[in-house]
Amino acid sequence: MTTGSETQDMLQPAQSGPNIAQRRGREGKKVGEQILKVTDLTVQFPTEDGLVQAVNGLNYDLQMGQTLAIVGESGSGKSVSSMAVMGLHDTRRARIGGSIMLDGQEIVGASAQTIRRMRSATAAMIFQDPQSSLHPFLRVGWQIAEAYRAHHKVSKSVAMKRSVEMLDRVGIPNPARRAKQYPHEFSGGMRQRAMIALGLVNDPKLLIADEPTTALDVTVQAQILDLLNDLQDEFGSAIVLITHDLAVVAEVADEVLVMYAGRAVEHGTATEVLAQPRHPYTWGLLSSVPSISATGSSLRPVRGLPPSLLNLPTGCSFHPRCDFMERVPGGRCIKELPELIPPESQSDRVTRCHLAEPADIFRDEIAPSLDGSEGRSHE
Amino acid sequence: MSDQLGTQDSDRYREAAPVVHPDSDPDRKPMLVVKDLVKYFPVREYTGLFPTTLQIRAVDGVSFDVAPGETLGLVGESGCGKTTTGRLITRLLEPTAGSIQFQGREIGHLKERQLRSMRRDLQIIFQDPYGSLNPRYTVGNIIGTPLQVHNLLPKNKRKARVQELLELVGLNPEHINRYPNEFSGGQRQRIGIARALAVEPKLIIADEPVSALDVSIQAQVMNLLEKLRKELGLAFIFVAHDLGVVRHFCDRVAVMYLGKVVELGSRESIYGAPQHPYTQALLSAAPDLNVVRGAVPEERIRLVGDVPSPINPPSGCRFRTRCWKAQDICAQEEPALIPRNDSGELHTIACHFAEPKTSIVADAAEVTV
Ligand SMILES: Nc1ncnc2c1ncn2[C@@H]1O[C@H](COP(=O)(O)OP(=O)(O)O)[C@@H](O)[C@H]1O
Ligand SMILES: Nc1ncnc2c1ncn2[C@@H]1O[C@H](COP(=O)(O)OP(=O)(O)O)[C@@H](O)[C@H]1O
Ligand code: SF4
Ligand SMILES: [Mg+2]
Ligand SMILES: [Mg+2]
Repeated sequence: MTTGSETQDMLQPAQSGPNIAQRRGREGKKVGEQILKVTDLTVQFPTEDGLVQAVNGLNYDLQMGQTLAIVGESGSGKSVSSMAVMGLHDTRRARIGGSIMLDGQEIVGASAQTIRRMRSATAAMIFQDPQSSLHPFLRVGWQIAEAYRAHHKVSKSVAMKRSVEMLDRVGIPNPARRAKQYPHEFSGGMRQRAMIALGLVNDPKLLIADEPTTALDVTVQAQILDLLNDLQDEFGSAIVLITHDLAVVAEVADEVLVMYAGRAVEHGTATEVLAQPRHPYTWGLLSSVPSISATGSSLRPVRGLPPSLLNLPTGCSFHPRCDFMERVPGGRCIKELPELIPPESQSDRVTRCHLAEPADIFRDEIAPSLDGSEGRSHE
Repeated sequence: MSDQLGTQDSDRYREAAPVVHPDSDPDRKPMLVVKDLVKYFPVREYTGLFPTTLQIRAVDGVSFDVAPGETLGLVGESGCGKTTTGRLITRLLEPTAGSIQFQGREIGHLKERQLRSMRRDLQIIFQDPYGSLNPRYTVGNIIGTPLQVHNLLPKNKRKARVQELLELVGLNPEHINRYPNEFSGGQRQRIGIARALAVEPKLIIADEPVSALDVSIQAQVMNLLEKLRKELGLAFIFVAHDLGVVRHFCDRVAVMYLGKVVELGSRESIYGAPQHPYTQALLSAAPDLNVVRGAVPEERIRLVGDVPSPINPPSGCRFRTRCWKAQDICAQEEPALIPRNDSGELHTIACHFAEPKTSIVADAAEVTV
C-alpha cells in the first residue's frame, strides 16, 4: 500500500493535455552485431520421479537492438532456457547440453568465474518479482551502487552518483531521496523500475526480462514497457522478453519464438507469427485471447493440458492437443518429430509442424473466428 | 458433458429472465441494488506520541445495480476496491455505510444466521484456485458441503448431484474422491465453480476467476462460465483487471478508481465511447493484439505516477492528481456519477469535463505539436 508521503510525489500539476505516447514503430530500428546464439540447447533435471526434460533442443540468435519475445504456457521452458543463458543453473542439479554463445563466450560448461564476469556486465536478468533481485533490508541506492562497483573500480561516492542517475533514468521521482529508502517503501511499479535500474547499471548488452509486467496493472505495465523501449533505443541493447501475454508481444517485440514442451514450434517476426501464424499451437493461443478492441466471437482455446515433461509424447509433442493431426497422412504426427523448417522458401520464419498447407488453413478456418479480425483481409 | 440441465431437481431456473440489452431497457428490474456503499478499514499508525487511527477508504460511496441474467464487470487497477465490493455484497464483510438490496431485501447488516437464505442465491468464486479449496477435503466433500448446509438434498442423493455438477463444469465425475492437489489450476477453478453452482444461485460474484490461469486454460474456463450463464440464466458480477476478458464476458462495465465508480455503462459505451479520462487512459494503456493487424490507433495516453493513498484521497475528483483536464472545480467539487453529453440514461460518468474520446485525442495532438 502507498504511504502518505508517497502521495506527495504523485500530485502532478494539471497538464494542458494528456501525455501521449506513440505505440512503437518497429521499422527503421538499428540492428547491430549478434550478441547471443543458442544452439541445440537442452536442459534436464534428474528428479525422484524421473528426468524432467525442460528444454529439448532450442535454437535462436539475437542481434543488438532487437527484442525477441519468448511465449508459451507455463512450464514450456521459457525461464529454464533463459536461466541457462545467464548461467544461473546449479550444474550439479541441471544437465545442460548444446551451446550458448554470449558475446563470443561459451556459457555452457564455463567456469563460475567467467559466468560471474559476464553476468550484469554482459547480460542481466530481471524477474516478475522484484523481491528476487532486491534485498529487502538494504537501501535501494546502495544495492545499485554495489552492483556497479562489482564491475568498475570507482569510489563509493561515484558509484552512488551513478546509482541515483540510474534511478532517475528509469523514471523514479526524487531519485536522491528514494535511493536512501528500502524496497518496501516503494510501490510495486517503482520496485520494478528499481530492479530495472539495478539490471542496467553496468550497461549490459543483453537484458533478459522474465515476465517483468505480469504482476502489474496495465497502466504501470505500459510505463515499464515504454521504459524498456526507451532504454533500448538509447543503449542499443538486445532484449529477451519472456511473457505469456500475446498482446504485449504484439506491442513490443521484433521477433517471437513460440515454445511448447521445451522446443520452439514457431519463430519469426512478430507480424508474421501473430498475423499469419502457421502452427496449430499458435492458432490455439491466438484463439484464446479475447480482444480489447473488438466485441467478438467465441474463444476457441487449445483443449487439454500441456504434457508431462517426464514423459514427452512421441512424434510432435503437441499432437495430443492438436485438432489438425488427421490432416497429416500416415500418422506422422504420432511417429515423427517435425523439423523446424521454413514454411515458405523465403525468410527466416520457421515452423515445427507436418501440415502441408498451414497458410490456407489459417486463412480459411482460423482467422475468420479470431476476435477482432472480422472484415479484415489476411493477405 | 451434459449440455442441458434437465436432470436438475428443481425448476429454479425455469423463470430465469432472458438476457436483455441493458441500455435498451430502462424498465429493467434489478435483483441487486447497491447504494452509496462504503467500507473503511481502520489502521493504526504509531508515528506521533499517541497512536492514531487512520481509515483506509477501500470503498467510498459506490452505487450500481444488476438485473437477472446480466453480467456486470468491475474493472480498475489493484487497490481500487473491487474485491472489497464483492465481499461486501456477499456479506463476507459488513459495510461501514450504505445499502445492499438483494431481491428486494436489505442485507447490509443482517446477522450471520439471517444471511443463510440469501447465501443460497448469491455465491462467490475466488481468484486463487490454490488457496480457496480446503486441501484436506475431497472434491466430493467440497462440492457437497453447500448442499448439506442448505439442506438441499437428502444424503443419499448428494453424491449423484455432485457428480452431475462435476460433469457440468467439465470434470470427470469419477474423480469425486480426489483431493484438490491432484488437479491442475484450471481444474481447481472448475471445482470452485461447481461448488458455487451446487446451491443453484441466481447471482455469482466472480473475483478474478481466470486471472491466475494460462491463456488457453483461461479461455476454457471463460467458455464454461459463458455456457453456464446462457443455460442457467445466471447473473454475474465479474471482477477482473484484464480489460479484454471483461469486454468478452460482460454486458455492462463499472470502472473503479480509488474506491469510487468513475464510469458505468454498457460494454459498447465503455469500450466504444468512454467519456471519463481515467477510462480512456486505462483502455489506451492496455496492450492490443490487433496492432499487428494495423487496427489500433497510434497514440496511447500515458498516465503519470501512481494511484494516491486511499487513506487520504484527493479532494473533489479523486482522479484529478493524474488528470490532464483538471481545473479548480475538480478539487472543490466531487463530480456525481450521472449521464453526460447525451451519453444515454444508463451510461453514467463522474467527471466535470466528460466527453467522448475522439475529441480528446484530437485536442492532445494539437497540444503536443
Ligand atoms: N530445478 C528444477 N527441477 C526440476 N524441474 C524443474 C526445475 N526447474 C524447472 N523445472 C521444470 O521445468 C519446466 C519448465 O519450467 P520453466 O522454464 O520455469 O517454465 P516457464 O515456461 O513457465 O518459464 C517446468 O515443468 C518446471 O517444473
Ligand atoms: N482487510 C483489510 N484491511 C485493511 N485494508 C484492506 C483490507 N482489505 C482491503 N484493504 C485495502 O482496501 C483497498 C481496496 O482493496 P481491494 O478491494 O482488495 O482492491 P482490488 O480488489 O480492487 O485490488 C486497498 O487499499 C487495500 O489495501
Ligand atoms: S505436427 Fe501434427 S500434431 Fe503437431 S501441430 Fe502439426 S498437425 Fe498438429
Ligand atoms: Mg517462467
Ligand atoms: Mg482484488
